[in-house]
Amino acid sequence: MNLFFGTVYTLWLREVKRFMRNKSRLIGSMAMPALFLVVLGSGFSGVFRYQSDVSYVEFIGPGIVAMSLLFSSMFGGLNVLWDKQFGFLKEILVAPVSRTGIMAGKTLGTVTTSMVKAGVFLVALLALRLARPDPAGVLMALIFMFLISASFTSLGIAFASQMKDPHGFQLIMNFLIMPVFFLSGALFPLEGQPQWLTLLTYLNPLTYGVDGMRYALGASHAFSPTLSMGALVLFWACATVVGTVLFGRMAA
Amino acid sequence: MSISLTTQDTATIAVRRLSKDFGRIKALADVSLVIGKGELFGLLGPNGAGKTTLISILSTILPPSRGEALVCGWNVATQQEAVRRSIGVVFQDPSLDTELTGEENLDFHGRLYGLDTRTRRNRVNEVLALVDLEERRHDLVNTYSGGMRRRLEIARGLMHQPQVLFLDEPTLGLDPQTRRRIWNYIRSLKDSFGMTIILTTHYMEEADQLCSRIAIIDSGVIVGLGSPDELKSTLGGDVLELAVPRPTEEFVQSLRSHASVRSLLLQNGSLMLTVDDGESFIPRTFDLAHDMGIRISGVSVRKPNLEDVFIKMTGREIRDEGIKEPKERMRIYRWGMRK
Repeated sequence: MNLFFGTVYTLWLREVKRFMRNKSRLIGSMAMPALFLVVLGSGFSGVFRYQSDVSYVEFIGPGIVAMSLLFSSMFGGLNVLWDKQFGFLKEILVAPVSRTGIMAGKTLGTVTTSMVKAGVFLVALLALRLARPDPAGVLMALIFMFLISASFTSLGIAFASQMKDPHGFQLIMNFLIMPVFFLSGALFPLEGQPQWLTLLTYLNPLTYGVDGMRYALGASHAFSPTLSMGALVLFWACATVVGTVLFGRMAA
Repeated sequence: MSISLTTQDTATIAVRRLSKDFGRIKALADVSLVIGKGELFGLLGPNGAGKTTLISILSTILPPSRGEALVCGWNVATQQEAVRRSIGVVFQDPSLDTELTGEENLDFHGRLYGLDTRTRRNRVNEVLALVDLEERRHDLVNTYSGGMRRRLEIARGLMHQPQVLFLDEPTLGLDPQTRRRIWNYIRSLKDSFGMTIILTTHYMEEADQLCSRIAIIDSGVIVGLGSPDELKSTLGGDVLELAVPRPTEEFVQSLRSHASVRSLLLQNGSLMLTVDDGESFIPRTFDLAHDMGIRISGVSVRKPNLEDVFIKMTGREIRDEGIKEPKERMRIYRWGMRK
């Protein structure tokens, strides 16, 4: 058991060290959400008529936090492929440690770094008074953030374990990450959409993350927080099981 | 040094009828091998011979298709964790985290193998001193040269003081100076730690100078096994090389049928003979050539080396590196032109 936590900590430590060392990657990964928040937020503010007292920036704020989490978590998971490309995965897989420990450490490390990045946006929202939650709301937001990040990191690792090299990144980006983001209701309200779109958003696990974040941060929301939390926990459990099983079978 | 290879308890590695298929390609076919404790054992063969496949199976990276392999008494297919605890592997391809420092790479490794903080600190100092990288310990690995990375990988393989160390092409692509230094490290490991070391190489002199025993492996089959001297003595006598611009079938046949000629190989206008006594055989060759009207434009006589052993066992030179057919060579050439 001790060895298991040792493995988890070792893998976690590596992710955090690499993260702290690489400033350019940090800035690069935060540029896109920042662009969405600032440009879309002000660009659409004139035409956005949802609730008279909510500006568009306020509306998409929680969605941008979720976007940051989605992107950095998925890419963190897919980073396993870079380890494979650079041979480092062999070093890990030939060590006398359990795959589950490796998976857990890698996931927790990516969740930590993703939450730090997304946390910057959360702090910005709070500082600019674009969200006005109570302290319990902030705690709840952090729980939602953890669930979103952990789920998509596991999903990223699951995909990585099925791919041979990092060339499929673009495919995952275009056919998975972007659709999941656009169909999550991060950028538009869930109500009053055509039926096909509503169906797709309801099937998207990130929708519940975004809506839960909205609730936690005191913005208007579509589902009850229990439903959002339940759906997300279910998705998290599935992603973790699938990711762990597939990673366990992965060959170096 | 004599090693008993029949008793099971001195065998650090025991491989029985091991096979590995990749689809229809047989990477290893029915390989059997016993390696004793404290041996410095070499797997010699051209690229694609199956050396890395064998190392990968022994280090639990690849499952075997058929057969059995034991490392320190543990089965590589069913007792992976026990095997992994007893071995260190230095892979052929780089496997360092280049975004961490040299010291951090070693520390990471020590943690994975469950070493406590003090042991880790001591061992990091020890192994860094061994490979002369103390001054660069706090630099990121992506600032290291190829030779330094190789040395760091070897140092990392030693961090947990494994009973068995696998070195897959430890000096591939390194300059002669660095190569010699790495050879010295490997020798000192064997002498001071009594470690069992298995290394793969396609450099003849590396196998010759370092290894106490060698298995020559070609197309997934072990074609020769023994100490470098034993292998060389199977050729016996001397190697005589004759440069013959236009050899005739008659000339080659009459040489081949000569009593003191043990083997003969004809390759691009050069005849290679293994004979009992090279110096006394030279005049006879010239007499024979003179009688048949054949011109010999050059001659050399020397003691056999591992390269000769390899040629005799496989019928080709090791530096071919898998490109055997002239047709294949052409295709690669044309493809290169198009770029």
